[in-house]
Amino acid sequence: MYLRLDGITKSFPGVLANCGINLEVDRGEIHALLGENGAGKSTLMKVLYGFYQPDAGTISVDGARLDLRSPSDAIRAGIGMVFQSFMLIPAFSVVENIALALPRLGVVPDTADIRERVRQYGARYGLTVDPDAKVWQLSVGEQQRVEIIKLLVSGARILILDEPTSVLAPHEIRGLFEILQTLRRDGYTILFITHKLKEVMAIADRITVLRKGSVVGTLSRDKATEQDLAYMLLGERELRTDTFSRRGRADGARPVLELESVSVPGERGRCGLAGVSLSLHGGEILGVAGVTGNGQTELGEAILGLRRAAHGRILLDGVDVSHATTARMLEAGVACIPEDPLRMGVAPGLTIAENMILTERRRFMPRGGLFTDWRAIRRAIEERIENFGLTIPRLTVPVGTLSGGNVQRLLLLRELSRRPKLLVTFYPTRGLDVAATRMAHELLMMARNGGAAILLISEDLDELLDLSDRLVVFSRGAIVGAFRPGEIDTVDIGLLMTGAKRHEWHDSPASPIPAS
Amino acid sequence: MARLARLADSRLLIPVRLLGLTALAFVAVGIFLLLFGKNPLAAYRAIFAGAFGSTYGLSEVVVRAIPLMLCAAATAIPARIGLLNVGGEGQLHAGAMAATWGALTLGFLPRAALLPGLVALGLLGGAAAALVPAVLRWAAGVNETISTLLLNYVIVLLVEYVVRGPWKDPLSYNWPFTPEFSDSARLGLYWGTRIHAGLWFALVAIALFYFVLRRTRWGYEVRVIGDNPEAAVRAGIPLGRYILLTMCAGGALAGLAGMAEVCAIQSRLRPGISTGFGYTGFLVSWLALHHPLGIVAMAVLLGVLSVGGDQVQISLGLPYATVNIIMALIFFVVLGSRFRAARTA
Amino acid sequence: MLASVLEGGIRAGTPILYATLGEVIAERAGIVNLGVEGAILVGACAGFITTAQTQSPLLGIAAAALAGGAASLVHAFMVVTVRANQIASGLALMFLCLGVTSFVGRPYVAVKINAVAPLAVPGLSDLPVVGRLLFSHDVLVYGAYLLAPLIWLILFYTKWGLALRAVGERQAVAFASGLPTAVVQYAAVVCGGVLAGVAGAHLSLAYARSWVEGMSNGRGFIAVALVIFATWHPLRAVLGAVIFGAVFALQLQIQARGVALSPYFLDMTPYLLTLVGLLLLARAQRHTMPEGLKEVFEGLK
Repeated sequence: MYLRLDGITKSFPGVLANCGINLEVDRGEIHALLGENGAGKSTLMKVLYGFYQPDAGTISVDGARLDLRSPSDAIRAGIGMVFQSFMLIPAFSVVENIALALPRLGVVPDTADIRERVRQYGARYGLTVDPDAKVWQLSVGEQQRVEIIKLLVSGARILILDEPTSVLAPHEIRGLFEILQTLRRDGYTILFITHKLKEVMAIADRITVLRKGSVVGTLSRDKATEQDLAYMLLGERELRTDTFSRRGRADGARPVLELESVSVPGERGRCGLAGVSLSLHGGEILGVAGVTGNGQTELGEAILGLRRAAHGRILLDGVDVSHATTARMLEAGVACIPEDPLRMGVAPGLTIAENMILTERRRFMPRGGLFTDWRAIRRAIEERIENFGLTIPRLTVPVGTLSGGNVQRLLLLRELSRRPKLLVTFYPTRGLDVAATRMAHELLMMARNGGAAILLISEDLDELLDLSDRLVVFSRGAIVGAFRPGEIDTVDIGLLMTGAKRHEWHDSPASPIPAS
Repeated sequence: MARLARLADSRLLIPVRLLGLTALAFVAVGIFLLLFGKNPLAAYRAIFAGAFGSTYGLSEVVVRAIPLMLCAAATAIPARIGLLNVGGEGQLHAGAMAATWGALTLGFLPRAALLPGLVALGLLGGAAAALVPAVLRWAAGVNETISTLLLNYVIVLLVEYVVRGPWKDPLSYNWPFTPEFSDSARLGLYWGTRIHAGLWFALVAIALFYFVLRRTRWGYEVRVIGDNPEAAVRAGIPLGRYILLTMCAGGALAGLAGMAEVCAIQSRLRPGISTGFGYTGFLVSWLALHHPLGIVAMAVLLGVLSVGGDQVQISLGLPYATVNIIMALIFFVVLGSRFRAARTA
Repeated sequence: MLASVLEGGIRAGTPILYATLGEVIAERAGIVNLGVEGAILVGACAGFITTAQTQSPLLGIAAAALAGGAASLVHAFMVVTVRANQIASGLALMFLCLGVTSFVGRPYVAVKINAVAPLAVPGLSDLPVVGRLLFSHDVLVYGAYLLAPLIWLILFYTKWGLALRAVGERQAVAFASGLPTAVVQYAAVVCGGVLAGVAGAHLSLAYARSWVEGMSNGRGFIAVALVIFATWHPLRAVLGAVIFGAVFALQLQIQARGVALSPYFLDMTPYLLTLVGLLLLARAQRHTMPEGLKEVFEGLK
């Protein structure tokens, strides 16, 4: 066996992330690590990359035992890793980024030589990228290629890829898979972390499934079926595809939200919004698909009053709110689920109770807050949390002590219990495990059926197709297609998202989305 | 129970640890003095004798603690939303200048009318001086630490200019100061010492700071910004307004300290009305972890050191800088010991 | 008059240039050091005392460099190892240096020394105008203006510069690339301190030729601001330093000519000019700022 991990155990305060894990990988194999979020895949791979030191267990390559105290030890042993968030310096050129990864760099780096090598790898493995471009100018897919080139030039023979497909559009995923297959042919060993069954079946030679920090089993692909894997992945839990009961919305009503050719200037390296028009009714979920960084964030933030529109109008219930502050938008019944709850939605050092009133300060703290009755507030919140079926320790502990999933649930609870007329959600299930995702979906559906208008910004196409009543696809800050789920499949959406294809069909230009 | 435990953790232990740290800093400066062939014990004795050896010494500790408390608040209030205001010195001088203008031009007014006006002028002067860096930060993203530091030089030079130029006392020959204020512009002194009504200003300001922070929606919003500005903005808290508000509130208090110095201690404006109160106040705020109650305690502690510094100068011939070294070392030790986590008041 | 202002600008700009170049190095590694103000003072004081004791300005310069580096080592320790707030630690260092130098330097306040003498470049100094302008200075002046391109070459064309900039942009990435980030940051801050110390030496040994308590007078803070104008680029720092030097030189010129303008207003100009510059440029330069500094300069807390 080429690579062997024996009895790897790693714990963090309060969490046993890896428990006696054994893993064997052949030379020239694509080996998938499959598991839900929190199953311990990333931890295990970071141990292999020397990023974490295991509490127990050994690693050996070609029979030689390795003592990996830091990533540089791992690199020296020929092990490289592409992290989920790329380890690139945006302000540096591709050449400079690659120079950083070179093991023996001259005092005056030979940039011509590096440029040449980038070209060679590009030609050989399809890893094409402009060596003199600054990384911030590159698309996510190109940045991923730079990461892989970095591993190759640093002499890595074992490549670890942490959820490499989560940032890619479907046809880009196909491109990545082709690159990986070429690499395998040249004898590279690839460890591929994912939680998507389809990808595993498409690319892996063998599959190891992890659950709750332990190995459930290792299968070779020809002997595995999606059902087996799903069962191993989730355990005894029933497997149910998401089906929701949809209540039809009242027709004829005025849209809750209307955008009339709204433009927002883009910041460095981003495209902003270029004349976007859309409308959204109560009791409706409008999905916004697109590769991250194509204006979806700007769209949501413009609606929330966090960014100013340079042109166009935003109407809420028919009233022009283009220049309204965020505070006014919140008071007018707009709510938001941000993409990173802990960083954007709560003050981690303040207590749960203090955080739960954040977006309803004026109601809970009237008259300047002079007579705030915290005890009554806590009772009210406890009641809500109970109805919600959540178990939260005490309301007086800082929010920062809770797990990410629980923070997300509290945030959903906080915003939905305000009964918003418009809910803007940014990537609401990013980083959540299957159970938490399902809960978030059910809550969004409940809010929809209760009459809320929901703008669902997501990069998960399955989620978008499952939940949305209508769907728009964003590319370079503009809407490049509008559909109902069922009218289009993920591959076509992907092509639209990346601008590889433009949608031929156009509705009347004034309202690109038929408001049926 | 757990609440109690946290209380003990965050509040009761801090003074104890601070005292320990102070002792450590004393030891460090002792070693420094030894290196230069001075007797550290004599220096310690002089410091304590200066501050506690007489009623005069004790009263002087209070006199120094007054501007220190106000200037510390000038740092602590913006610090609560994460801004570092090092402009206490300039803001103090601006307040003193504004109050001097009032005292010189409106000196004919009766005391009951004039003094409140001077207080207002002091507050306004300090606030105006803080408004500049606040606007620069809010509108142009200029780092407020650098701008407040630079403004200190500008405002102190402006004081130099007015006391030697337009506001110079015509009867003073070549001394750089303004004419003496009329009696109606003077703050009362108490108990035959130099302790003045500024003490009440400072205590009320600190109490108000505590109250607003803990018991009002403004304070709640300030705490949210201080903990996570991004979440605050997304929750509709107007960050820009709070940058202006907290900086100006802080500047106003430093300005009040300046007003009290000219109206109670000096009775006129002159260069050197402040022996670095703005900077020492900045230290006080950091040592107190920007906590209102801590500020009172730390202002007294540094007041002791400051009075002791005079004594060291008189009886040992050591420079006043000795206590500056002690203060800077305490600052380092506090920065180094990582209990800033307990910043939640 | 223009020529003499320029000549004075080059001379008066020298300490600012040293300090600015030092701060460019530190900030390129992601560390803001407001303690340069203190390191300049320590350099000025140590340089002056050493020169007064040994009569050797060269030893004085060496002592100044050493002292500046040692002072900045404290900042590096606080920021890199203890992870204290950068701004606060820099200010603490400034306070400490102010205290220590006024304590140690007091006996030397009115002492006369053997100053760093001007060294005319043979041949070149006889050229009309340019000779006096560029080639009749002391050795520290030449050093400063030669150092700027040298630092530029190191920063952008060597692997050390690459490592330094990588650490300042994204420490996590630099670490994952196997760079010893802490060592890099220590080295950068200490280098910055050495240069600030030399800045102090020029101030007390060549420019003022005396020691006065607090004689740096905010030059360190101006240097920190200049780094922003210079977009963290050593060559642009030269331009900024000469402009500020010229402002200092202009003050002397105006006073010498008896222009009826209060000297206090003239003294304000460098600080006001810095503020105006920050106002105009801070936002425009934002995208060139090393990413690691964003939190320090723009973050709240």
